[in-house]
Amino acid sequence: MSATTSTSRLSPPAAILRHAVLLATGALILVPFVWMASLSVKPPGEIFRASFSFWPAQFYGVENYTKAMTEVPLPRYMGNGLVVCVLILGVQILVCAPCAYALAKLHFLGRDLLFGLVLVGLLLPHQVLSLPLFILGYQLGILNTYAALVFPYVVSPFGIFLFRQFFKTIPDDVVHAARLDGLSEIAIVWKIMVPMALPAVVAFSIFSVVSHWNDLFWPLIAVRDQSLMPPPLGIMAFKNEEAGNDYGPLMAASTLVVLPLLIAFLAAQKWFVEGLTGGAVK
Amino acid sequence: MSAPLSLSDTSEEESATRGVRISSAASPARRRALAEALAAWTLAGPAVFFLLVLFFLPVLGVFVIALTDWQFGARSLSFIGLANFRQVFADAVFRASLLNTVVYVLIVVPGTVILALLIALLIESGKSCRSFYRAVHFLPFMATLTAMAIAWEALLHPTIGLVNQALAGLGLPTANWLRDENTALPVLAVIGIWQNLGYAMVLFLAGLKGIPQDLYDAADVDGADLWLDRLRTVTLPMLGPVSMFVVIVVALRAFESFDTVKVLTQGGPGHASEVLLYTLYRESFEYLRTGYGAAVAVVFLAIVVTLTLVQVRFMDRKVHYQ
Repeated sequence: MSATTSTSRLSPPAAILRHAVLLATGALILVPFVWMASLSVKPPGEIFRASFSFWPAQFYGVENYTKAMTEVPLPRYMGNGLVVCVLILGVQILVCAPCAYALAKLHFLGRDLLFGLVLVGLLLPHQVLSLPLFILGYQLGILNTYAALVFPYVVSPFGIFLFRQFFKTIPDDVVHAARLDGLSEIAIVWKIMVPMALPAVVAFSIFSVVSHWNDLFWPLIAVRDQSLMPPPLGIMAFKNEEAGNDYGPLMAASTLVVLPLLIAFLAAQKWFVEGLTGGAVK
Repeated sequence: MSAPLSLSDTSEEESATRGVRISSAASPARRRALAEALAAWTLAGPAVFFLLVLFFLPVLGVFVIALTDWQFGARSLSFIGLANFRQVFADAVFRASLLNTVVYVLIVVPGTVILALLIALLIESGKSCRSFYRAVHFLPFMATLTAMAIAWEALLHPTIGLVNQALAGLGLPTANWLRDENTALPVLAVIGIWQNLGYAMVLFLAGLKGIPQDLYDAADVDGADLWLDRLRTVTLPMLGPVSMFVVIVVALRAFESFDTVKVLTQGGPGHASEVLLYTLYRESFEYLRTGYGAAVAVVFLAIVVTLTLVQVRFMDRKVHYQ
């Protein structure tokens, strides 16, 4: 089933050239990661002596990583990121799946209008909404709390859209059979549709968690307390405190922030690629 | 590959509703239809509520605020028409920001698209190590950009950074990349290319997979047996619609870049690397010039929506080549 650009096999020189170029571009892509990891295990003296060597003469990893974990509340930042991502994802699925089911399988007046709303929501860049959302958060008195980090994202137009597309591929007979078995509509959503749409749920979960773990814009607006900062905001605060004097611990902290998603990505590459580009490729 | 935004299934449902209307009021069919509509709105209710409160009211809000002189925290406001927009476009900083954003996009888009296409073609041209190469090139797209920006800052450090060391080693001129007004924006654009390359590559790989094998067979029959011939006669023409799509998606992402500017340059030196979203953030949330910030948001929204609509139109018309 693999339709490829070339039907015939590459000649040996061409194959070698292919590997050479891809290895070179790949190496260039990885330079920032490698440099970050390298500085994170070097002592200050070696960092400022400026050498090409990847591995330090004196291994300083323990000191740097300990400093990154203790001098700033990095574990707290990571915990905040986890709490916020899990809360957002949970609420998004809870809100989006039933709506997607109604759009995909039920007939009702206003369905096209509702789907139109979802599509318009899909094209609105979230940053444009930040000012009114900030005012809303202020009026509700929830700025500078976890709620402030979560509330703009409780509904995801992309989630509704993705689930609807997937639910539509499930045969109507499945729904009819479930109704004959006496399942209520809401039970059909959670007991039939969502389990059958597991690939869409996984893809959406990856999309949601990656977006919100990495987001800097909204947390910058929504919270001020260090104890509430998610990783990107926390690490930016760390950098501003350090003012570039203590590279080792700063690089250790950056490495730790990037690491969870990196490991997850390497473990489930195919799912990540699908989840993060699904909106475009589906 | 089909258009993600398409409304195709309306007629069947409309006729169903009409059929229900005709039947008498007390009929079981009508009652069932009512029950179904009730169930649907109950299921969709929370989503509808939050869509209205978190998406549509805010958009409306931005337009209204943009027409006022309101400053966050002030007790009164008055409508001043389009004065904010006049002020925005008269402002040298905003004009610089708009120009910088355009320059940034004009570097990032061709850089990303061309490199991504070349890498995707190379990956697809052989069978070995495909997923390895794909993973390596995709890595920056999902890595936390704030953290990676800090790594880039270390790379670009004027004295101890790898970039200047390598350049000096080769006898080339060095620079204080992020503090020089001639290099700050292009360097940010390079980071933008680095980040988005893998995304565009994956889209191209999907597009390549969608090219029917018979076209290559036909090209073979026609005597196009060199890789380059097939590339010219089949692959590139068939990738046309995907390429257009990739260009717009990458342009949208480039327009929305913020993290690297905030972490690395704060729009400086001077306003050399100030981009739209950074201006929006600073005016709205640091200077608390709310009305002015809202006007910037409206301009930003207009650009993004225009690009998206171009994309949707294009997708609807051209992408169904199978």
